Amino acid sequence: MPDPQREPSPACPAEIAVNGQRLLAEPEGALHWPRERTLVVADLHLEKGSAFATHGRMLPPYDTAQTLMRLQAVLDRLRPDRVICLGDSFHDRRAAERLSREDGAHLRRLIQDRDWLWVAGNHDPAPPVGWGGQVVAEAVIGTLVFRHQARPGAAAEVSGHYHPMAVVHVRGRRIAARCFVGDGRRLILPAFGSYTGGLNVLDREIASLFHGHATAHVLSRSRVHALPTSRLSGR
Amino acid sequence: MRPSPTARAGTGAPRTIVWPGPAFLLYSRVMAEDEPATLPPLFAGWFASRGWRPHAHQQAMLAAAATGDHTLLVAPTGGGKTLAGFLPSLVELAERPRDGLHTLYISPLKALSVDIHRNLETPIAELRLPIRAETRTGDTPQPKRERQRRRPPHLLMTTPESLALLLSYPDAAAIFAGLRTVIVDELHALVGTKRGDLLALGMARLSGLAPAARRVGLSATVAQPGALLAWLSPQGTAGACDVRMIRGRPGPQPEVAILEPEADLPWSGHMALYACQALYRRIRDGGTTLVFVNTRAQAELVFQALWRLNDDNLPIALHHGSLAREQRRKVEAAMAAGRLRAVVATSSLDLGIDWAAIDLVIQVGAPKGVTRLLQRIGRANHRFDTPSRALLVPANRFEVLECRAALEALAEMTLDGEPPPPGGLDVLAQHILGVACAGPFDADALFAEIRRAAPYGTLSRIDFDDVLGFVATGGYALGSYERFRRLKQDGDGLWHLASPAAARQYRMNVGTIVATPLVKVKLRNGRVLGEVEEDFVRGMVPGDTFLFAGELLRFEAIRDLTVEVSRGGTGEPAIPAYAGGRLPLSTHLAGRVRDMLASPERWRHLPAPVAEWLRLQRWRSVLPRHDGLLIETFPRGGKWFLVAYCFEGRNAHQTLGMLLTRRMERAGRRPLGFVATDYVLAAWSLREPDDPAALFDEDMLGDDLEAWMDESSLLKRTFRSVAVIAGLIERRLPGLEKTGKQVTFNADLIYDVLRRHEPGHVLLRATRLDAARGLTDVGRLAGMLARVRGRITHRRLERISPLAVPILLEVGREHVYGSALDDLLKEAAEDLVAEAMPELATAAAQTSLPL
Repeated sequence: MPDPQREPSPACPAEIAVNGQRLLAEPEGALHWPRERTLVVADLHLEKGSAFATHGRMLPPYDTAQTLMRLQAVLDRLRPDRVICLGDSFHDRRAAERLSREDGAHLRRLIQDRDWLWVAGNHDPAPPVGWGGQVVAEAVIGTLVFRHQARPGAAAEVSGHYHPMAVVHVRGRRIAARCFVGDGRRLILPAFGSYTGGLNVLDREIASLFHGHATAHVLSRSRVHALPTSRLSGR
Repeated sequence: MRPSPTARAGTGAPRTIVWPGPAFLLYSRVMAEDEPATLPPLFAGWFASRGWRPHAHQQAMLAAAATGDHTLLVAPTGGGKTLAGFLPSLVELAERPRDGLHTLYISPLKALSVDIHRNLETPIAELRLPIRAETRTGDTPQPKRERQRRRPPHLLMTTPESLALLLSYPDAAAIFAGLRTVIVDELHALVGTKRGDLLALGMARLSGLAPAARRVGLSATVAQPGALLAWLSPQGTAGACDVRMIRGRPGPQPEVAILEPEADLPWSGHMALYACQALYRRIRDGGTTLVFVNTRAQAELVFQALWRLNDDNLPIALHHGSLAREQRRKVEAAMAAGRLRAVVATSSLDLGIDWAAIDLVIQVGAPKGVTRLLQRIGRANHRFDTPSRALLVPANRFEVLECRAALEALAEMTLDGEPPPPGGLDVLAQHILGVACAGPFDADALFAEIRRAAPYGTLSRIDFDDVLGFVATGGYALGSYERFRRLKQDGDGLWHLASPAAARQYRMNVGTIVATPLVKVKLRNGRVLGEVEEDFVRGMVPGDTFLFAGELLRFEAIRDLTVEVSRGGTGEPAIPAYAGGRLPLSTHLAGRVRDMLASPERWRHLPAPVAEWLRLQRWRSVLPRHDGLLIETFPRGGKWFLVAYCFEGRNAHQTLGMLLTRRMERAGRRPLGFVATDYVLAAWSLREPDDPAALFDEDMLGDDLEAWMDESSLLKRTFRSVAVIAGLIERRLPGLEKTGKQVTFNADLIYDVLRRHEPGHVLLRATRLDAARGLTDVGRLAGMLARVRGRITHRRLERISPLAVPILLEVGREHVYGSALDDLLKEAAEDLVAEAMPELATAAAQTSLPL
């Protein structure tokens, strides 16, 4: 009998190897690299709600606050020295202007006292610089390269952009959840933003980046479950 | 175009008319003293020329029109209601020809508008009336719509949605200025629904634009015409006494029987397949039969079963709302032409144009409500002076009780009369944006106008202001969307549309029907058979089979929004189920079932196996009292079962089951699951429930309910449709998604964010209100808990009681897909991942880990 009031169990990350590096997929959807004391998040899409509002769709304006709260929780738990935002951190070029004063202050607090890298994305080719942190096209740390969108044929690469999600049918029921997807040579992170939907990892756009063999690391409430893509459903 | 009646004009004596003929133009024999005094000679002559005389109620409608009264006509199906509504307009326009829109006719069915239009053309042509009649629906081409706004016809036949659109144009005032009559057909099917809310708001608007317009409502027989009178009243209350009610002469009492089982009656299940042999014989030996079932899945199964028996190759057809429109039209036309012997149909045929002679209506499965049963039976009522014949086919023993209770209710003509709920705030939001599209408005005046629509008669100013705030800026406490306003106020305090883009958005989004995403089902290299819910085909792999449109189909592929199938295939087919397919048992009928259980002297009318079953129950346990609640507990297979005989309908029982098991969990009873039917709730646990009566205390609707409702996927589903109707997110328009012209937004994400940050937001309030009377039916649950307080009987038994057998048979046999139980399980999806995946994850690690 499920009981939503049950105490959440402690977060239980899953190990993922990319180019021989030991990384941890956190159930919140962030990637932790303990050796480098680095945390990676992708596709925050800050101010996506207000972007819709400019077109007359008055979505609740709390997505940025919620995304930052979730990010803060991971940072508090793991205390990394360095944060990499893998692009599309801001939903559009004018997103930073729409950030509320409170959310802006919150973002500054998260950034200060850490190395913070803003990787450029397609939604934010030039992430705003006023918040602190460093804007880069891509980042190379140790033997890994961090960029927004995976390049065909690249190796040792960690990226975002595709918002991967996995669908699995268990005992006649369909479960869809955000996931990491990787094959040991490259890894794609799930989107971290509160208003970000997902693209099925079996969709050609993602699948073509892997040559048949990939593993989806599916997020649940407090765990990350590894499933081979052969176990997943396209719908 | 009209088949000629066998009785011909000229003898002067009224004759019985034998059908078929469009029932719209039906007239029964009337007494000579009813000879029309108000019918002008032109019309009287036309009637007489076909040997017809008007019904008394049709003349009463003329008289009401003469005095300018708003009128509600309540008449049984086949009583010529629609002509009764139009006749005064035809007469007035014949006597005083004029230009401009004179009469607006609104029906919930597009097809009905089209048929009425066709039928009206006959008298207009034959009498050479100076009248132009046109339809306007979603199918009307753009140039014609433009012309209709510039030069409106005299009679315009339309739908609630098309009316809302018309009202949103700045020239609405000019179009409707000379309007004399508004006719609302099938009013009973609109009142209490969101479409009815939308139309009520549109009517309030119309009364402002055309104060002289008379309102006319046409309704089938209902229990509480008071609610319809209030809806129709320009003051929005029955107390205003400003609507005259005219009742059609009731036809003869219908002859309704319950199918006597030949073999033993099933203990459980809803499909009634055991009875198909008997059904088939009735169809074969009778004339034309209409077979009503309760769900589309049942329609497919019963249809298949009948065809397996159909050695005589009788023309038997299938009709339900998911079939392709052309397919449905074809079936309807064949039925009208008398080419079919039977149609298996769902509520898709509850409304609509009347057909050729139907000799027998069969209701398969319990009727769930008396009013609906009466209306279905009325579909066989087309020979106005002969009684309708109907046969009820219960699917299981409890349904026998329900059928018997319905029969008694029909005999006493006590109908279900649940009062309509207050109007939806999401619909109100849509309306306010529509009003702004037509021109600037004053909030106070609009509030007053809206309160004159009956569903909004008790709307508070706070709710109105919150909805207005939502329309203007989203209405969030944060107030961060000031810059992106959709509405703004000018110096005089009038509200204006901030940009024309909002008007385009409104017109794309108008309406209250939010369909679950559907995909087309198409034969390979062939035609489209219809549509199924997207969820149903998820997870299907090529070779899977399912039953649809009366055929066994094999899943081949899914491309874009189309499922490709081929005929045939092997294996156990799946059957598409549809959200909301099952109506819950009505309160009135539930009360009658309880009464019958408590009155052994009435069991003699029941089939012997059923009466025997109840006697055994009395001997082994006790019977539920009519005003109390019986709870039985007993051990079985290492578990303890708790069975509660609540009779409050599935939705309420599902909610109760969720709350009950939470309580049992807290009490350390280790509950394992529950199952609910319309009649009974059963829960099972590892430990014996020690004080079951205490579990049913009224306070169970407190914190647990709040906590559960907020987590519930039922609420998420309700929120999705509220958000679409209110215009927060766009409806999914088929075809637009794949072309990238539409950005769809996951409503669940919005729900989660909004619930956390602004739980009091007006759209969440609207969602909770909807769910409380819909999928969760908390309102009914509260009523029951209050009613049974101090009247709970608990029996601790050594073993299962006779009455508990049906519900225990349901355990583990629940329809997995689409049922409310499944929704509850979806909530557990996260836990399921955790539960199901460790071994999968291990297996994955062994076989295909990349490194």
